[in-house]
Amino acid sequence: MLITRRVEFSASHVCCNPALTDEENRRLFGAAANPHGHGHNYVLEVTVEGTPDPVTGMVLDLKLLKDILHQEVVEAYDHRFLNREVLPFDRVIPTPENIAIDIWNRLEPRLVGGRGRLHGVRVYETADLYVDYFGETA
Amino acid sequence: MIRVTRRYHFAASHRLHAPSLSDGENRALYGKCNNPFGHGHNYVLEVSVRGPLEERTGRAVDLGRLDELVRRLVVEPFSHRNLNEEVEAFRAEVPTSENLGREVARRLKQDWASAFPGEWPRLERICINETSRNIFEVSPDEIQ
Repeated sequence: MLITRRVEFSASHVCCNPALTDEENRRLFGAAANPHGHGHNYVLEVTVEGTPDPVTGMVLDLKLLKDILHQEVVEAYDHRFLNREVLPFDRVIPTPENIAIDIWNRLEPRLVGGRGRLHGVRVYETADLYVDYFGETA
Repeated sequence: MIRVTRRYHFAASHRLHAPSLSDGENRALYGKCNNPFGHGHNYVLEVSVRGPLEERTGRAVDLGRLDELVRRLVVEPFSHRNLNEEVEAFRAEVPTSENLGREVARRLKQDWASAFPGEWPRLERICINETSRNIFEVSPDEIQ
């Protein structure tokens, strides 16, 4: 069974590779390469997979999942300039792809050992662009 | 591997009418979608692609190229058109959203290599939201 919890955060970022020229960055990333940054209202959907506990009828306590999402993601990302204030985006370009991978890496260790296992991370950068990551093996 | 999904918008009109059926059968089958003058929708198209992250850009797909491909093959020819009258494929088949999804998949699949000549990214999923309540998903593997 899959269970999805949604949470939101707002953050700013710049998408550019310092090893490339300004022209190359502008061609690759368009307006997202503006050095002063710009922001999004990100929406994160985290999906957990598992079997309901026969006693509680729950795969995992959603309050616990909510707390993990807040500790690991919202507290770190919300109202931050990702490139300057959130590791590893001092050296990793904060594209939605890399944000999804980083969120997976933050959450995955917190979701082992219980009944619910991390299944997927979906990051909406805007309503018209989202990224899914299901871990390295998928 | 990462899956990136981009949403595109176009408005178009259509009429559901199967020429091999009688007028009565068409009315019974399609209801108000069979009204003779057609009707329209704000379609939302989702295109999902899959690929590994490109180290240099931190991206799995060049969105500029994807946008240009979808604009040229789908949005421009379909937007503000009467699908039955103005899109060749729908002279032969009924422009249901099932068939619309397959036509979009066919077009993107056919020209995919012109935008993405390498092994990655691959086209993985086409999804037509005819309205917010009716959603149609097609895998390019279903298309010959």
